[in-house]
Amino acid sequence: MATQHSRSAARFMMAPAVILLLGWMLIPLTMTLMFSFKKYLPLRGGDLGWVGFDNYVRFVSSSAFWPSVQTTLIIVGGVLLITIIFGVLLSILLDQPMWGQGIVRILVIAPFFVMPTVSALVWKNMFMDPVNGLFAHLWKAFGAQPIEWLSDLSLFSIILIVSWQWLPFATLILLTAIQSLDSEQLEAAEMDGAPPLSRFAFIILPHLSRAITIVVLIQTIFLLAIFAEIFVTTSGAFGTRTLTYLIYQRVLESQNVGLGSAGGVYAIILANIVAIFLMRIVGKNLDT
Amino acid sequence: MARSVTTRRKTVNTLAAWAIGLLIFFPILWTILTSFKTEAQAINDPPLFFFFDWTLENYAVVQERSNYMRYLWNSVIIAGGSTVLGLIIAVPAAWSMAFVPSKRTKDILMWMLSTKMLPAVGVLYPIYLVFIELGLLDTRVGLTIVLMLINLPIIVWMLYTYFKEIPGEILEAARMDGATLKEEILYILTPMAIPGIASTLLLNIILAWNEAFWTLNLTAAKAAPLTAFIASYSSPEGLFYAKLSAASTMAIAPILILGWFSQKQLVRGLTFGAVK
Amino acid sequence: MGQITLKQITKSFGDVQVIPPLDLQIEDGEFVVFVGPSGCGKSTLLRLIAGLEDTSSGEISIDGRDATEVPPAKRGLAMVFQSYALYPHMSVRKNIAFPLRMAGLDKAEQDKKVESAASVLNLTDYLERRPGQLSGGQRQRVAIGRAIVREPAAFLFDEPLSNLDAALRVNMRLEISELHQTLETTMIYVTHDQVEAMTMADKIVVLQAGIIEQVGSPLELYHTPRNRFVAGFIGSPKMNFMMGAFSSEYDATTIGVRPEHISVSPTDGKWKGKVGVSEHLGSDTFLYVDVEGIEDPVTVRSSGEVSFRHGDMIHLTPDPDKIHRFDNQGLRIA
Repeated sequence: MATQHSRSAARFMMAPAVILLLGWMLIPLTMTLMFSFKKYLPLRGGDLGWVGFDNYVRFVSSSAFWPSVQTTLIIVGGVLLITIIFGVLLSILLDQPMWGQGIVRILVIAPFFVMPTVSALVWKNMFMDPVNGLFAHLWKAFGAQPIEWLSDLSLFSIILIVSWQWLPFATLILLTAIQSLDSEQLEAAEMDGAPPLSRFAFIILPHLSRAITIVVLIQTIFLLAIFAEIFVTTSGAFGTRTLTYLIYQRVLESQNVGLGSAGGVYAIILANIVAIFLMRIVGKNLDT
Repeated sequence: MARSVTTRRKTVNTLAAWAIGLLIFFPILWTILTSFKTEAQAINDPPLFFFFDWTLENYAVVQERSNYMRYLWNSVIIAGGSTVLGLIIAVPAAWSMAFVPSKRTKDILMWMLSTKMLPAVGVLYPIYLVFIELGLLDTRVGLTIVLMLINLPIIVWMLYTYFKEIPGEILEAARMDGATLKEEILYILTPMAIPGIASTLLLNIILAWNEAFWTLNLTAAKAAPLTAFIASYSSPEGLFYAKLSAASTMAIAPILILGWFSQKQLVRGLTFGAVK
Repeated sequence: MGQITLKQITKSFGDVQVIPPLDLQIEDGEFVVFVGPSGCGKSTLLRLIAGLEDTSSGEISIDGRDATEVPPAKRGLAMVFQSYALYPHMSVRKNIAFPLRMAGLDKAEQDKKVESAASVLNLTDYLERRPGQLSGGQRQRVAIGRAIVREPAAFLFDEPLSNLDAALRVNMRLEISELHQTLETTMIYVTHDQVEAMTMADKIVVLQAGIIEQVGSPLELYHTPRNRFVAGFIGSPKMNFMMGAFSSEYDATTIGVRPEHISVSPTDGKWKGKVGVSEHLGSDTFLYVDVEGIEDPVTVRSSGEVSFRHGDMIHLTPDPDKIHRFDNQGLRIA
């Protein structure tokens, strides 16, 4: 099958995809790298020459940097924690025999298909609005003072919204993983005298560990980049400015491209650290 | 062997699962319900669930005021176009990687995956500049190309994992049976590959439809798809709950339906085949 | 017709030569079995004949015509794959008809041939089913049916029974042998199971590391193995090998005695040993006897029921005419 002829044909068939992605990666990356070493203010003089590592130093030493890192970590960590814990519990529940399993599955998965701007707006206005939101009604019904969700509990609110979007993803993947668990293993453990909690801890959880790792890594990559949810709800105010959002503001809002690009390089490095771990797992899977 | 379970346990499971399912689904349900209310009913305290004057007025108003159809059309063109374009480029690539693997195939696949992980914000300005330079800013063509590129790795990967599952012996059998390359592709490979291509298509339409970084940053008015349209409700129109709900319902309905068809493929596509 | 000749065939994957120069002659109507341990190159050899792999050098001719460069479809051979390789999206009927369709036969002709193949293989009731709805044995039959309808010059089987359970395997073995008697077409059959080789073959080709160790009829291989490898590979239970003082007595580096050529006695004999495990099959008894100076236990096959207990001391005597002698190269000493 693998004759010389088919090899060159294969190379030819692969070329468009490889060339396009290579261009898509290299051109912007080179430009970002270049800008990051320049003082570049498109609206205030344009290209003002090379400045070495100035932008890198300034980006890190600006008063907004560390809070944004902290915000990013809190949001990513919070969402991961919520989606994994509830994802595991929910996937175990959904794996149990019940009536209408298919419909429940659909209900649980649905939020994942809602576009980020819609979910952000719906939560912001219809649930978290301190006057007319559903939560406000609920609080008032119990005689409590409605909460200003997006200003007083801004981070928690965003974590809640994003978790709602990503819980289905975690649940779906963990459910798929649970269903691949050989039921004989559980029966063997039962015969060996393991009570339900031990079976969960010693059989189910280890079986899920790979799927959990994958969920953590993939979500981390997507969560580091969340944008629309913040753009629509708080626009980065009330301590919700993540690293991504900070870079976005530097580049597009204050048009300080050099500074923003330096931030971009930091973000790329950060994402790559996570990516390396994910690719290891995916790569191992390729060999089988 | 699956064991039989007592009816009582099954009932408990069912109740718990349905309660949680409905809770998770509630924001969507609430949005759909609200879209049929009047503005006054939408903010009524206590909230109205089913007993209100059902009306379609909001849908009409949304379309009339904001030319909703244009945004919808942009979404359809951009999501559909980028997916089809991506498939045209990815099918031959995934094909050759699956059936004529070389020592570098794995490296190429991993590298493609790594481009997917490039944070968009890191390359926002360069793309922005290139778009201005090429006159692509706020055009459907430009956005179609960008979305095609960001989803291309996923498309290649999904197709690759599907093609990989077609056993080589079957192709050899066809060759022994006297099928020419053309017949092999037409009668054996295509019928076996179509389910995989279809699920890839489905998942990528969903991803492109919901993409909300490039669609927000590279469009203004002309080429804006639904993501950008909804974002424009941020304020002050967002306070018109019924209309916001109508617009949202229309924006998510097609994808909810597509999404329910593609649950299984979703897992494979989003985990790059690492979980099936 | 189905005469196949391999002349100085080699095959290399990259720098690795899996088949060094090899010659083989297969006569028309013969049932030839390629047998050897896994990785011995038997499947590669079959695929070279099929045309699914290109030869690195050498010549393959089928019925006297050079077929080395001929694509698989044009060689007039049919193959049954280990995984059966049925087309999952086609019914059984369409699967069997596929080669006919590719050959451009008209519909009526196709149907006729499919029906007759199906009746030979007991598949008539399953023609409209999909492969996924069939059992392993039925799938196997469909794969054979797809091969039969082409009326090929030769059938190639690549470990066709390895995915079946033991009982079914014996059945299918008989069916394939029966088919060979009926069709009188050349069949080349690859297996790692020497029992299949012994029971089915007219001619066995024993391979190891791409090299043909011996070619011969099952009984030739059994009675006069050319070397130690063939001696150990053919026959079940395996031949016992002895070295040192045991073999120097016979002027050989190694001697081999088959389990069925050793007699046991509680009182006297050539070698003395202690009974380990005994396996009672009813028709036969296999004794595993520890003999001082021989590393592995000596296997003895006695017909009927023999009752020794674990730990009993017994005496073994080989049949002097059935002792195989090998030199220091492992080659048979005539």
